[in-house]
Amino acid sequence: MLDILYFIIPITIASAAPLIFTAIGGVFSERSGVINIGLEGLMIMGAFIGILFNLFFADVLGAWTPWVSLLVAMLVSALFATLHAVASISFRADQVVSGVAINMLGLAIALFSVKMIFGKGQTDFIQQKIPRFNIPYLEDIPIIGPMFFKLVYGSSIIAIAVAFIAWFVIYKTPFGLRLRSVGEHPMAADTMGIKVTKIRYIAVIISGGLAGIGGAVYSQTITNDFGHATINGQGFMALAAMIFGKWHPIGAMGAALFFGFAQALAISSSSIKFLADIPSVYFHIFPYVLTILALAGFLGKANAPKAIGKPYIKGNR
Amino acid sequence: MEYVIEMLDVSKKFGTFYANDHITLQLEKGEIHALLGENGAGKSTLMNVLFGLYQPDGGEIRVNGEKVAITNPNIANDLGIGMVHQHFMLVENLTVTENIILGSEPTKSGMINIKDSAKKVAEISKMYGLDVDPYAKVEDISVGMQQRVEILKTLYRGADILIFDEPTASLTPQEIEELMNIMRKLVAEGKSIILITHKLQEIMSVSDKVTVIRKGKGIGTVITKETNPEELATLMVGRQVTFKTEKGPSHPTEEVLKIENLVVNDYRGVAKLKELNLSVRRGEIVGIAGIDGNGQSELIEAITGLTKVKSGKIYINSVDVTNKKPRKITEAGLGHIPQDRHKHGIVLDFTVGYNAALQSYYHEPYSKGGIMNYKVVNDKATELIKEFDVRTQGVHELARALSGGNQQKLIIGREVLRNPDLLIAALPTRGLDVGAIEFIHKRLIEQRDSGKAVLLITFELDEVMNVSDRIAVIYDGAIVGTVVPQETTEQALGLMMAGHSKREVDKEMVDTGKDGDEHHVE
Amino acid sequence: MNIMSNKMINILVPVISIILGLLVGAVVMLISGYDPVAGYTALWNGIFGDSYVIGETIRQISPYILAGLAVAFAFRTGLFNIGVEGQLIVGWFAAAYVGMAFELPKIIHLPLALIAAAVAGALWGLIPGILKAKLHVHEVIVTIMMNYIAFHVVNALIKTISGGGFKLDRIQPTASLRSDFLSNLTDFSTLHYGIFVALAMVVVMWFILEKTKSGFELKSVGFNQNASQYAGMSVNKNIVMAMVISGAFAGLGGAMEALGTFGTISLMGGFTGIGFDGIAVALLGANTPLGVVFGATLFGSLKYGANNMPNAAGIPIEIVSIIIALVIFFVACGYIIRIGLVRLRKNKKEAK
Repeated sequence: MLDILYFIIPITIASAAPLIFTAIGGVFSERSGVINIGLEGLMIMGAFIGILFNLFFADVLGAWTPWVSLLVAMLVSALFATLHAVASISFRADQVVSGVAINMLGLAIALFSVKMIFGKGQTDFIQQKIPRFNIPYLEDIPIIGPMFFKLVYGSSIIAIAVAFIAWFVIYKTPFGLRLRSVGEHPMAADTMGIKVTKIRYIAVIISGGLAGIGGAVYSQTITNDFGHATINGQGFMALAAMIFGKWHPIGAMGAALFFGFAQALAISSSSIKFLADIPSVYFHIFPYVLTILALAGFLGKANAPKAIGKPYIKGNR
Repeated sequence: MEYVIEMLDVSKKFGTFYANDHITLQLEKGEIHALLGENGAGKSTLMNVLFGLYQPDGGEIRVNGEKVAITNPNIANDLGIGMVHQHFMLVENLTVTENIILGSEPTKSGMINIKDSAKKVAEISKMYGLDVDPYAKVEDISVGMQQRVEILKTLYRGADILIFDEPTASLTPQEIEELMNIMRKLVAEGKSIILITHKLQEIMSVSDKVTVIRKGKGIGTVITKETNPEELATLMVGRQVTFKTEKGPSHPTEEVLKIENLVVNDYRGVAKLKELNLSVRRGEIVGIAGIDGNGQSELIEAITGLTKVKSGKIYINSVDVTNKKPRKITEAGLGHIPQDRHKHGIVLDFTVGYNAALQSYYHEPYSKGGIMNYKVVNDKATELIKEFDVRTQGVHELARALSGGNQQKLIIGREVLRNPDLLIAALPTRGLDVGAIEFIHKRLIEQRDSGKAVLLITFELDEVMNVSDRIAVIYDGAIVGTVVPQETTEQALGLMMAGHSKREVDKEMVDTGKDGDEHHVE
Repeated sequence: MNIMSNKMINILVPVISIILGLLVGAVVMLISGYDPVAGYTALWNGIFGDSYVIGETIRQISPYILAGLAVAFAFRTGLFNIGVEGQLIVGWFAAAYVGMAFELPKIIHLPLALIAAAVAGALWGLIPGILKAKLHVHEVIVTIMMNYIAFHVVNALIKTISGGGFKLDRIQPTASLRSDFLSNLTDFSTLHYGIFVALAMVVVMWFILEKTKSGFELKSVGFNQNASQYAGMSVNKNIVMAMVISGAFAGLGGAMEALGTFGTISLMGGFTGIGFDGIAVALLGANTPLGVVFGATLFGSLKYGANNMPNAAGIPIEIVSIIIALVIFFVACGYIIRIGLVRLRKNKKEAK
């Protein structure tokens, strides 16, 4: 039994990290009132840029490569998300349609570039992966140590830190208070002198940046190259984690870990004795079914921010 | 005299229409100054000008004697003007304190200093007797407390002049009483208040002065102590009766609508109709007179089947229709002209022809075996257009393109041509021009003369006086009295609308010798 | 006059969006060091070059029409069905399974396989429909989740039924939409009778919306739920019905692939993308049946014609996906294009 956990838990954490980043990105955007189903496309962009930068700069940057790649992926995806911001905030586009366009555009641009640069359907494999660490002292704790603190990806540690930072920002700072008010009742915020549009732009751009990191973490820890099926739904699973986590950063992290666990089971169930009889499809659809049940209210109330999806037009009641 | 706010000769135009036509309002320090007018008289426009949401087209605004240009709400805030909005501007899932400090949050090393903020909120609330729980979430507190939070928001920002926009619209009587006390306390502490309202009782009980506006024009300012509700009612609605509608005497026969002890609660469980009784007979128009928010909407929704009846019975043609589905009730003989025509009356993006069939599309000859017969739909609509004088380019034009009056004619035609035994007309002439109003009144009387029962709900006194054969006055969810127009006056109606029973009013009228024509205008 | 101009603007917005999409596509090719003229020539030839590619293009258009109808139909009742992809996948599987598993005369087998696809898609639409009507759960998120459930469940079913293989056995010829006649006509392309099924469904959608009592209600609910309720219609019933019919169209889209193009279903590595392109088709076609035909023709042609671009001009086919995504984006931003057009019209009037 313990062997199984030693095996499964590291996979769980590794699978969850990209979801955590992206889901928290989603929390920022949707808390400000902008639906972001473009997370998938933003993640794809991040995954692609991460690999591309890694491949080209590995010689120069050495061991720093994957980390700088994360930053570059963050910047590019943040820029890409600006498109969604302009369309849905300034041009009052349907936010769902704009998100669909972002998803299609992200994949198309990435694949187009891959074929242009590499002349084939996927990139080469990177050499400088995100490193794994043993966390000093904690790794020596019996049972828990080897489960959680041995050979942990550096990015996983950052993911968990980001979740707590996001919680702090959203719940403890003036920006966070304004963010939440803008997503719930933009007109009330407006009468208090808050610039609704500005806050929403910032939130959507943050969501792009975090989704970009999420994508780059995925491609630099799990696939190590980029092709058409690299992200394949991770962005939507992050969206599910955000909803299942009730639009709360810590909740989203918990949901992402839970979904990561489901993914880990799906990958490894056949090699685990008492799970081998359960078809892996159940583990695959688990996150999505749970999310529907959560939305339907069977798993406690999950309320979206009230003003979500509605453009704010000054002077309209 | 020391004025904290002076709005001198202020005008505001929308297109060619004067929403505010040279209005003057002067607010003294430490007074409660009521701004009285009917719905649509221009009260909100005037206050939005003062709060910086609209820019005036003429006149000037002075604050503490100095001329100012208030170009946005932030400037109003800086000048010490705070607005308590009718529709609360509160973020429901934030706490009371968070709502109050939003936008000007005190911080300590990057973090919002909630503790100190809550302490300050508690201090202010204690000073003015505004009982709130600083840590409660807004969605969990009562409407009364939510309003106190709204007031605290302005006080926290240091407002000295508070505008209350229809503050009692969604409050219970107890909460209203409490609010009145708060307002008295606020002026005792040196604040000045403008109270926007159309409720005479509130004005009498709390205000020092009243400025009345009617149809965008300033009628004058009176001192509350020197006036009375009848006079205010007269000032508010005006003496002139725009036109007399020609009609013969009514010959009511058997009962069509019968309502017994009707109780309806709103979503909070607060009773909006309290044991209401009403009867409408064939061949008569019964007008429901009353001030907005006394249960009219709930009454209509209960009859038409759009809201749940808690107890009591509704009969149409002796058939019990209580809590039946809307279509069942319609088929029992009900026609309905809804009060919000854009929301409930028509489908704006449907053609005129489709809209004309909105209530009858599902049966023959409009459709048969699930297949629509649009030739019939459009032919019938063409007849309707002709008969009801709907000015349109034709049945294929979108309803959106029609003027308000023509949209209303379309709805009335649709309902009347279905030949219902009972026709409910809710605010049928709101926002329409004189020609359309006259047309609609004629049609209602025609219905009566052809032996139909008509229930008219309106906020316009002259409409209810002109068109009805009997007037039932609604106040606080019940009918407080039924009168015949020929035997009553607008003053008497006004008193009943303010909650006086018919007996009280009769007595008072005898005492004062029906003296309502002299005004004490400042 | 005024109304005419508004109608013009309604047509102009998608047209301008297409032109902008193609222009930006050209710019992308230019900065990537490709020749846009050669690119678009290759695209043109890939669509109209000879009778074979014309046949293949038409074949590609059929599922696009059905996916577009599915999105458009839901839209007319005010619902955003992003689940067309999943409904299409289950329809594909159902058709392939019925086509393979039974031996029946063609006159029964083919309709049965088509109906199976429609029913599967309808059921997949029913769930979000009921959740929306009864519990007010937003259909967008549920349908996204349903896409992934469809994807994994169908993959698992393929594996199970094929005994661990990667695809089902081929369908019986009695269930096939393939047509020697159409194939011969187009130089042995894979053009099949599916296009007639698709066009028939265009007529069906038009008939439902424009001729039936239900269509009257569906549209009424889509425009104004409050007024519809006042008029005695059941808003919930119409929401469920719209999702079911929408899902049935999508399921038939899957049947095109199962019974026509591929004759089977294989394990999927990712989504087909047809369902998402259906959003673009519907959007461009302003959610009308005829508009969907135009939208599907455009995007189906682009998608198929793009196959010629790598060989003839050395440009990756994804350039077409970029263009399609851009067109959606521009149509979504129609508000701003509209404002621009209205201003233009005003200026012209004043100039006169």
